[in-house]
Amino acid sequence: MKLAIKLAYRNLIGAGLRTVLNVTVLSFSFVMIIWMKGLMSGWDHQAKTDMMKWEIGGGQLWHQSYDPLDPLTWFDSYATLPPSMETHINQGDMMGMLVVQGTVFPQGRMLPVALKGIELQQQILAIPTQLLDTATEAVPALIGEIMAKSSGLKTGDRMALRWRNAFGTFDAADVEIAGIFSSNVPQAEQGQLYIALDRLQQMMELPDAVTILTYKEGFKINEIPDGWVHQTKSMLTRQVDQMIKTKSVGQSILYFILLLLAMLAIFDTQVLSVFRRQKEIGTYVALGYTRKDVVGLFTFEGSMHAVFAAALSMVYGLPFLAWQARVGWTLPVDASEFGMAMAQTLYPVYSAGLVVTTVLIVTITTAIVSYLPARKIAKMNPTDALRGKIQ
Amino acid sequence: MEESKVVSVRKLLKQFPMAKEPFTALSDVSIEFHQAEFAGLIGPSGSGKTTLLNIIGSLDVPTAGEAIVLGKSIGKLSAREAAELRRQKLGFIFQSYNLLAVHTVYENVEFPLLLLRIPAAKRHKMVMEALDWVGLTDKVHSRPPQLSGGQCQRVAIARAMVKKPLLVLADEPTANLDAANSHHILQTMLSLNHELKTSFIFATHDDKVISYLKRKVFLLDGRIDRDEMVTPVNTAVL
Repeated sequence: MKLAIKLAYRNLIGAGLRTVLNVTVLSFSFVMIIWMKGLMSGWDHQAKTDMMKWEIGGGQLWHQSYDPLDPLTWFDSYATLPPSMETHINQGDMMGMLVVQGTVFPQGRMLPVALKGIELQQQILAIPTQLLDTATEAVPALIGEIMAKSSGLKTGDRMALRWRNAFGTFDAADVEIAGIFSSNVPQAEQGQLYIALDRLQQMMELPDAVTILTYKEGFKINEIPDGWVHQTKSMLTRQVDQMIKTKSVGQSILYFILLLLAMLAIFDTQVLSVFRRQKEIGTYVALGYTRKDVVGLFTFEGSMHAVFAAALSMVYGLPFLAWQARVGWTLPVDASEFGMAMAQTLYPVYSAGLVVTTVLIVTITTAIVSYLPARKIAKMNPTDALRGKIQ
Repeated sequence: MEESKVVSVRKLLKQFPMAKEPFTALSDVSIEFHQAEFAGLIGPSGSGKTTLLNIIGSLDVPTAGEAIVLGKSIGKLSAREAAELRRQKLGFIFQSYNLLAVHTVYENVEFPLLLLRIPAAKRHKMVMEALDWVGLTDKVHSRPPQLSGGQCQRVAIARAMVKKPLLVLADEPTANLDAANSHHILQTMLSLNHELKTSFIFATHDDKVISYLKRKVFLLDGRIDRDEMVTPVNTAVL
């Protein structure tokens, strides 16, 4: 093994510029794959963290009729706060939210909204509900930046709100924007209007009614009350997983192209080596190698490109990756328009698993690509090889 | 005499597949070589001398007949066993030196010892001894492209001799060398043959080589034409 390493090292160094080019291309693949995968991991981490912070907490209990994608179900999707959950709410481990349909009329336009009643004192979500605790004639409301941008609303603006109460009667009131928050989570912002829970219950004539119970991170649900459905964190972030999976498929094509370029260069080098170094191959056999040993030697030599590339990647890749993890990558277009939880600046996250997997994939691929041309050696006639006769 | 037998070839036939019918390179060849011989297979191109040398060197196998080298029947050896035979007991010297260009002189000579897993200290001693035989101790750090043809061939001799093999096979070792270098190389090999009792078998049609041989085996059209024990013309080194 030591001899193989020494031979491979010498031969690669001896190959000069060809080795430099192969190793450079391969190291570029290493760095790009780790960076892009790190970006995906960063996005995944960021999106889930933001969703937990602004929308889902540590998980939720939904009223069994509630379907967030079907506003028509919301009229029946509420129930009185289950008594078994009251203690958790009093202890601050859980909070209730009432979700109903409403319509606002900003600047003369009509805009359907999800009207969400949220507890003023809650500490589970980062929504600044304390801003709702203000004395005003109108109903104080909070909106997200995305909605503010799309509807042209500012803090202090007033508009009419229309809703239908529990008895089916339409009612209306003025709402005043008490605050605008920014969350990176479109689901928590777009078309969402937050008002105080007790105020909404009063408006709907539904005392103690809630649609969603959100519990804080780390809290364990021991029992699920009848008529409620448990939505774990992983269920609620499934959309992010699916989105990232879809994006990963697209990225895989890019990885494939990057690897293909590097592998083509190595394949070409190996073919050339087997063709040009026939005398050397014959010499190895004459000195006591079997042809299979020589195949192994050439495969090892080709694979060593990956080792060199990993070393080179460390030289320029580590500073680049560390710098990216610090300053992040700012998307060239407005991420809030993407309709998914995505920050404007993504910060790559590199795990040891990511680096090890990438290094292994690239090294194994390099070994396979190095082996394919080297197989020809096994069929060579050593006496012809010694004479350098083309076979 | 039987104990000193290094090579024993009996009724050897070697054919190469061709488009229409096989080409017969060697036919009905029977010959023996003994320890410390300094013999040559002599003949024109196509006479079969290199083919016979390759079979003796376990780089090729006979089509029929038998070639026993150092007690091993070449035709019956597996690839691994043949490699082991070459690694342990045979040395090769080639017309175009076949040195590993990216290695230094020292590393080229050291290579067969690495294959034999000889410890570093002993290896160093053996390499330096071999380089001393060929007079290249001052070139240990040079690489083959920095050496002359004669120096390269002397490195090749050192590489072939460093493990003190029982048999060295040399295929046209002087074909690429001028007269002075050829004589220098041959004298070195003759000296090693004398000192180490190593058998040398050459494949050649070079008169300079022939003048050093103690035994001349003439091949013609794949058959042994005649086999002569002679007194070498050049024995200056002895």
